[in-house]
Amino acid sequence: MSGDAAFVTSRLDEAIGWARKYSIFQYPFVTACCGMEYMATACSHYDIDRFGAGLPRFSPRQADVLFVVGTISQKMAPVLKRIYDQMAEPKWVVSFGVCTCTGGFYDNYATLMGIDTIIPVDVYIPGCPPRPEYVLDGLLKLQAKIQAQHESGRRSAREPRPELELEPWMPQR
Amino acid sequence: MDAAALIQALTERFADAVRGSHAYRGDATIVISRERLLDLAGTLKDDAAFQMNFLMDLTAVDFSVFGKGPSPAFFASSGVVVRPSAELPDEHPWPGPPGPARFIVVYHFFSLPLKHRLRVEVPLEEADAELDSVTSLWAGADWLEREVWDMFGIRFRGHANLKRILMYEQFVGHPLRKDYPVNKRQPLIEPDGDASSHSR
Repeated sequence: MSGDAAFVTSRLDEAIGWARKYSIFQYPFVTACCGMEYMATACSHYDIDRFGAGLPRFSPRQADVLFVVGTISQKMAPVLKRIYDQMAEPKWVVSFGVCTCTGGFYDNYATLMGIDTIIPVDVYIPGCPPRPEYVLDGLLKLQAKIQAQHESGRRSAREPRPELELEPWMPQR
Repeated sequence: MDAAALIQALTERFADAVRGSHAYRGDATIVISRERLLDLAGTLKDDAAFQMNFLMDLTAVDFSVFGKGPSPAFFASSGVVVRPSAELPDEHPWPGPPGPARFIVVYHFFSLPLKHRLRVEVPLEEADAELDSVTSLWAGADWLEREVWDMFGIRFRGHANLKRILMYEQFVGHPLRKDYPVNKRQPLIEPDGDASSHSR
């Protein structure tokens, strides 16, 4: 590929990434108490629309990002897997709340130990439940990830690792 | 009828079946053998002296690790004393589990017209955890008995549809038995696997 063509392709990737990250149509898969915090985030006070993610779609066929909000039980797991399979590429998954990340404190017979045992996850937002600011932070990280991706939806080799912002009380690197 | 009168009336009428009784904190409780459960339940429901037309609850208890060490659950590491303090003696102490059997199935009956209630306990051995269904008397026992089967693996003879109610059919074991490993992982079921067709 000549230099000009590579330049055009990389510009195209950037343009498509920019368009995608500001038009996130989410599918909220809400099963538990995290749903309250999701609703708080989605309402006008936190104005999720300024990130282009203001319109939830209640059909997986029309959605780009699967928000898994709340505890997933073993019985619900096949349903979640089917919803994920029904979404069209490119698609992303946000794990909202500690139950979806790891199972949380439900270390028992009924609960799935994290949704990443059945579907791939792009952004983990732990918390019980996470504050809306935390959710918005996760959304921004997802936008950074989408921006860095190849046009086909493949992960780019130059995908930047999200910067961890160290608080003063944390061990400094 | 108050608790003492209930216990006395039932002990006289079912002398061969009643293995024990107490009225701990005012709750009339009788322990009966499973062979006479249906007779006794029918009498409780239909006899004019009892009129227990409401089955409030039906559940089971696994006593296999009861009293054999500190609670392995939440309070064990916190230092919270679960059992009552010895400094506060109870004038009428809890009588304890009804015998050496592993399981008991517990019925709570209530009489809406007469406003009295009764607890019936049926001890069951592990090797033969089976007793008669009371669905012929109280239709509401249907789901309760399915729950007891699902969680404890106790079978009910004469139940028309005894299958799991909370867990799925591929689930292995009965999770509220005390020997069910707390960290046990079940095989995941696929969307198009046997789980989606709700067959037995």
